[in-house]
Amino acid sequence: MTRPLPPGWDEAVRLEEDPATVPDPASVDVPADLRAEIEGYMAKYPERHSATLPALGAAQRRHGWCSPEAIQQVAAVMQVTPAFLSSVATFYDMLRTQPIGSRSLYVCTSVACHLRNAKSVFDAIVAQAAEQGLEDVDLREFECLGACDMAPMASIEGRYVGPLDESDAVEIVRALKDGHEVLPGRGLPDPGFALPAASEQEPGPSEEPDVHPAGGTWADAEILDVPPAEEEE
Amino acid sequence: MAETRVLLANIDEPGLHTISVYERLGGYRAMRKALLEMTSDEVLKELEDSGLRGRGGAGFAMGKKASFIPKGTMDKYLCCNADESEPGAFKDRLLMQKNPHLLIEGCIIGSIAAGANKGFIFIRGEYTTQANILDAAVAEAYDRGFLGERILGSEHSFDLVVHRGQGAYICGEETGLLDALEGNRGNPRLKPPFPANQGLYQGPTLINNVETLCNATLIIDKGAEWFRGYGQGNSTGTKIVSVSGNVQRPGNYEIELGIPVRDVIYGLAGGPPEGRELKCFFPGGSSAPVLTKEHLDLPFTYEAMAEAGSMLGTASVIVVDESQPLVPLALRLAEFYRHESCGKCVPCREGTNWTVKTLERIDEGEGTPMDLDILEEVQGNIIGNCLCVLGDSMAMPVASMLKHFRAEFEEHMEAARRRRHLEDMATFGAGELAAVQEAGAV
Repeated sequence: MTRPLPPGWDEAVRLEEDPATVPDPASVDVPADLRAEIEGYMAKYPERHSATLPALGAAQRRHGWCSPEAIQQVAAVMQVTPAFLSSVATFYDMLRTQPIGSRSLYVCTSVACHLRNAKSVFDAIVAQAAEQGLEDVDLREFECLGACDMAPMASIEGRYVGPLDESDAVEIVRALKDGHEVLPGRGLPDPGFALPAASEQEPGPSEEPDVHPAGGTWADAEILDVPPAEEEE
Repeated sequence: MAETRVLLANIDEPGLHTISVYERLGGYRAMRKALLEMTSDEVLKELEDSGLRGRGGAGFAMGKKASFIPKGTMDKYLCCNADESEPGAFKDRLLMQKNPHLLIEGCIIGSIAAGANKGFIFIRGEYTTQANILDAAVAEAYDRGFLGERILGSEHSFDLVVHRGQGAYICGEETGLLDALEGNRGNPRLKPPFPANQGLYQGPTLINNVETLCNATLIIDKGAEWFRGYGQGNSTGTKIVSVSGNVQRPGNYEIELGIPVRDVIYGLAGGPPEGRELKCFFPGGSSAPVLTKEHLDLPFTYEAMAEAGSMLGTASVIVVDESQPLVPLALRLAEFYRHESCGKCVPCREGTNWTVKTLERIDEGEGTPMDLDILEEVQGNIIGNCLCVLGDSMAMPVASMLKHFRAEFEEHMEAARRRRHLEDMATFGAGELAAVQEAGAV
């Protein structure tokens, strides 16, 4: 007996169809500027295959994500199969294979930022994004962005800002929503950018203070205050 | 405690990223010397004599690596590894943003030593600002005739391309980098053949970190003897140390190799915040096994760190103070490597996943004492069993935390179990809970 496939899987692969071949350049409409950009990348390398990453990046900038249409256009210009491009696009974190949003807001929550309370900052930004109805933004936790000196930090469309705390979330989401520069003066490329003095950079409490292990006190009372189950019903 | 600023000597100079300011401060002098006054063998010899060790993590002698490149007329390549993705490392970011021409000059010198005519700077895609600065700097260097055909009328031609990654830690591994540069998924390759023999497009390839190539510029300019004047033993020269985590003044500091670790963490970075003690630290990025208070007086060298059971790596010191519970930290670390594992080798793909699952179990109060043994065994089965060291990079620090702080892991597990128990109790209802408490079960 065959079990039913999970949702999505039954449509993901069309077994009755032939695999997609290298598209005929004449059959695919590629915007002239995108074609020129990709051909420019291909000319830079001894082998045209090397242009895959920059070409997918360019298509993503144009389409907002690596959509089937974007992949088809790149495949037509580079003369490779769409499947090859999909295999590459799914490997890299910055290439979106789902239409999540065309702008990026990456919040670093890796080891060094974790030690400085990054998770709370991320949660605060997520809460604000929901409250203010932020749309078309790829908001997610990201692995180390290489800016541990400004931890906790975030990368907004490639612009690094930090150090952040929970109270910055409102401003970040509002500026991003209105299309303004986020936290002017606090971005790494901004002229005169400097880290705040040591006293202002007290690391916050650890991620889960109530799960404090060795020698820590337990919030027993708090847990015991949970109303009994039957009252909630 | 003062820094020893050599690479970072002019870093605060306004406009250093432009070629005019860089040349005014003596830039491209080393390149002229290497092209016009020295043979490629002399350049290579100077690099070998300096004892410069790779600054990207492995610490392999740079001159030796360059000497492995075969002679001959085949196409040879130079790759600069600027895919700085190691948690805790941010030194290359500073160099590329403030002093891109130092790197470009280093690439030209590296290409002379390796006999390469085509070079690539593989920069991680997240470093948008830095990649744009590098692009502009490369264009300036072409305009001045420092890149391209027959540089300054010499026999040497060299083209340099800035290649942006798209976000994958594994592309910092040299063969993963080559695959990404060839336009594929960044899966590491089996070694041998080493990239020095068969690398990019199957040609001999020299791959070096940003800081290594920047150092090469200074070595040619001032001589191997001068370079050896800094450092201790086989750890010659200066090193940019990135200090982060629970310290008062996180940032990049350039030190002479061999000063005590205490001077780095407490002297330069100010140590943990007032009233807190250091619990442990990663001496070389998150891949390095953790060291504890008792290691603070060791000299900061490749040898001393290795002897203490860790590694200097990228010299990215992440400081953890006593307020930080280690289980969530180990979990965060393991999650990073699980996410970044390319999935090619089973021990790494499965091992990182099982480590995360086990640590989650411990943190959520579902762990059993056996889990710590399982955790230890899993780490042991990853180390040395994969094509690249990504799995090892998780296994080593997690195993070291278990080794130094096993008691804390046990306490954390018990405490989490107790909390879980209380939570379960609370859902029973007040009456039952009181009864259980009276019975002394809690």
